[in-house]
Amino acid sequence: MLSVKNLHKEYENQPLLRGVSFDVQQGETICLLGRSGSGKSTILRIIAGIEAPESGDVFWNNQNLKDVPVHKRKFGFMFQDYALFPHKNVFENVAFGLKMQNLPVDFVEEKVNSVLAKVKMQEFRHRQVADLSGGEQQRVALARALAPEPRLLMLDEPLGALDRNLREKLMDELRLLLHESNIPAIYVTHDQEEAFTIGDRLVLLNEGQIIQNASPEDIYQTPKNAWVAQFIGLSNLLEGVIQSTQPLMVSTRIGDFTINTGLPQNAKLEDPVILLLRPDALSMTDSNLNQFQAQVLDDVFLGNQWRVKIRMSDLEFSFLVDQPIRIGSMIKISIDPNQINLLQDEK
Amino acid sequence: MKQGLKYIRTVPAILLWSLPFVFLLIFYFQPLLANFRMAWQATTSEVLASIPLKVITQPLFFTIWQAILSTVLTIVVGFPPAYLLAKYRFVGKSFIRLLTTIPFIMPTVVVAAGFNALLGPRGWFNLLLQTIFSLDKPPIQIINTLGAILLAHVFYNSTVFIRVVGGAWSQLDPKIGFAARTLGASPVRVWQKITFPLLKPALLSAILLIFLFNFTSFAVILLLGGPKFSTLEVEIYIQALHMLNLPIAGLLSAIQLLFTLVLTILYTRLIKTKSVALTPRDPEEVAKPITGWKQRSFLMGTMSYLIILFAAPLFSLVLRSFLLTDFSRNLDGSTGNRFSLVYYQELFLNRRESLFYVPPIDAILNSLYFGLITVGIALFLGFLAASVISSRSRWGKLLDPILMLPLGTSAVTLGLGFILVFNRPPLDVRSFPLLVPIAHSLVAMPFVVRILQPVMATIPRELKYSAMVLGASPWRTFWQVEFPILFRAIISAALFAFTISLGEFGATTFLARPEQPTIPIAIYRYLSQPGGLNYGQAMAMSTILMIICALSIILIERLKLPKIKEF
Repeated sequence: MLSVKNLHKEYENQPLLRGVSFDVQQGETICLLGRSGSGKSTILRIIAGIEAPESGDVFWNNQNLKDVPVHKRKFGFMFQDYALFPHKNVFENVAFGLKMQNLPVDFVEEKVNSVLAKVKMQEFRHRQVADLSGGEQQRVALARALAPEPRLLMLDEPLGALDRNLREKLMDELRLLLHESNIPAIYVTHDQEEAFTIGDRLVLLNEGQIIQNASPEDIYQTPKNAWVAQFIGLSNLLEGVIQSTQPLMVSTRIGDFTINTGLPQNAKLEDPVILLLRPDALSMTDSNLNQFQAQVLDDVFLGNQWRVKIRMSDLEFSFLVDQPIRIGSMIKISIDPNQINLLQDEK
Repeated sequence: MKQGLKYIRTVPAILLWSLPFVFLLIFYFQPLLANFRMAWQATTSEVLASIPLKVITQPLFFTIWQAILSTVLTIVVGFPPAYLLAKYRFVGKSFIRLLTTIPFIMPTVVVAAGFNALLGPRGWFNLLLQTIFSLDKPPIQIINTLGAILLAHVFYNSTVFIRVVGGAWSQLDPKIGFAARTLGASPVRVWQKITFPLLKPALLSAILLIFLFNFTSFAVILLLGGPKFSTLEVEIYIQALHMLNLPIAGLLSAIQLLFTLVLTILYTRLIKTKSVALTPRDPEEVAKPITGWKQRSFLMGTMSYLIILFAAPLFSLVLRSFLLTDFSRNLDGSTGNRFSLVYYQELFLNRRESLFYVPPIDAILNSLYFGLITVGIALFLGFLAASVISSRSRWGKLLDPILMLPLGTSAVTLGLGFILVFNRPPLDVRSFPLLVPIAHSLVAMPFVVRILQPVMATIPRELKYSAMVLGASPWRTFWQVEFPILFRAIISAALFAFTISLGEFGATTFLARPEQPTIPIAIYRYLSQPGGLNYGQAMAMSTILMIICALSIILIERLKLPKIKEF
């Protein structure tokens, strides 16, 4: 359906996008995930036709959209602060796109009401948009984008301006709505939790380039590099050097690790690598493998687990464990060789 | 709130706070009332029957006609730069902004003299054409035509349009337009359905304001329009001071007042309903850089006509003040034009055939003297008025709109009211020289309040309270806490009041004694006399006035002093 090919864009003489390519399939929701300033909103604007890239193309079913103006692309766009028309009420805002197609009045009326019902806003149809709360504005903006039945929906940080409670509630609603509508969607966010909840596929952006493009499960299980791991909240990282490949052994400043998972591509003996110790890797049962001494720095009760922060040598790590541990104590731990990822050291 | 009021409800405080009210009552409402009374007498006596109705209808229709024409032209001229400044980032943007502040503070006589120096019979254009083609008569005859009036009005008011409309436009979130585009609206329909409706309040209030300014324009019409064109303002002046027909002048000024009152009320109404919940934003955040040859040539075109419109008259004024053309006066018998300081030197001489009983340089001293007194009165009363308004009490709410009334009242009407009310010694024009700075203070006070009051409103009450809790008396609290915070605003207000006083022309024509002229009065007298020396001296005098006013703008801009946001 949508295909983005090799986009390049500069912003104030600094490269913002450096060769971005990806596809979106029918009914699929993809999340563009990256820090602010990584160029993700610019990608949306280029797809919508609001901005032009220096080079690269956007295709819809193999048709190059270069010469198709914004208003003829039939793409829905929901802006971060909603950009509702301040001089129109809720109904008029949602009806705008339908009126632009010169559809008959009763059809517009019917359609607007059904879309407003979908986002649970039908009682608000005569309200002025200025009188709405943030969450209500968000729903109206979504209804406005959905009403003309766009062939692609783009959402630019749609929950960014809302407080945490509301965000979590709307996140679930939004996911159901997007899946129900079967419209392909591109969802831009800097929040990894949001991305994991909403996206069928995640596209991770850093410094204008796509770092990883995969399903949420794949990204969580095998992050491509240390940046991805850190960005999605896996922060137990440790530098090491490959000692032997059969069995796989890596030496670090804490000690030697035996690892049961695979090698990164092209890695050979003596290569520097990054070890990612997964949150569930720590156990306190006696095992011959990967045994270390650790000092307990902190222990927080999370509901069904405890998050324990420990120090080994001069490095700090945190893990999830099933039982409380006394803060300040020295303990003997072992790291599960199945719960270690080896990542390429890109330095 | 209640506590705050208790603290100020002491007798001396109430006396102080009532001063602005008393001042307005005596020096604004009383003269206005006198105008209406005179108008009433005119309608009931035979005066009205004795004159043809044309005396009233002709200036009225012409006033409306020229105001409409000027407003339309102003919109046409102001639109491109308003769009450019709101939407784009480019080198020279701050220069253009500075350029558009010039008309705000340039006195009307200076601008009239500037256009005269550029396009008048003795102006650069004509001198140039005459020299090239050896013509006896100046080929361009624009002074004393409607064209000259319109040109000067466009000069003044296109900046109002650029500021009001450009300001609103830069506050418009471009995302709203993008949203409409993604919903299938073509650029034309985005303008029809989104941009225009959202800009409409700003457009309307700019148009009303510009129309009001054109309606009450005086010096421009008098100096550039000549005897053929008479607006209500000019007719009031002629009837009162030349025909000595006060009843007719009163009647005309009552008509004028009714019109301006309606316009002012409409305008204030509009300002109140203006905000369509647009969130304030940093305009630079949405400004785009200029790209492509289309945008670049649009920028170049707009920039050049702005520079020509705003800078050329003032630039030619300065140059013309140094160019000696009157051959007969060349003492060494040389012919041809040359640069010289003669016009400036002549300002210091008291020639027998001079227009004054005093050396012309005295006009400058008079202006400075009146200016300083105006600063004193306007600052003192303006400060009190601003604190009444900031107190958010009932009196403050009452004073706020009343204080703005003098702004919409024409200066000529005010001047006429003054000579109607203050006509007996010791309070008359002959024996009470303070009437001039008092009239100037009325004009300047709204500006002073509009500068001081917003800054005053930003001072949290807690600051005052904590100073008082720490043991400072109210007096010390003022000097140690409020005054340092307000200091920059006070300087800015003082500069505004000073330049307003220096440039004020309408009321001063009624109130200045012949032997005590101000700079604008002197310029007017020079310009209305024949002869190259008089013309040159008008240029020299205008240049001096222009430089003083320019220094004020530069000071305000350079020190980043607080300015007036809007009225």
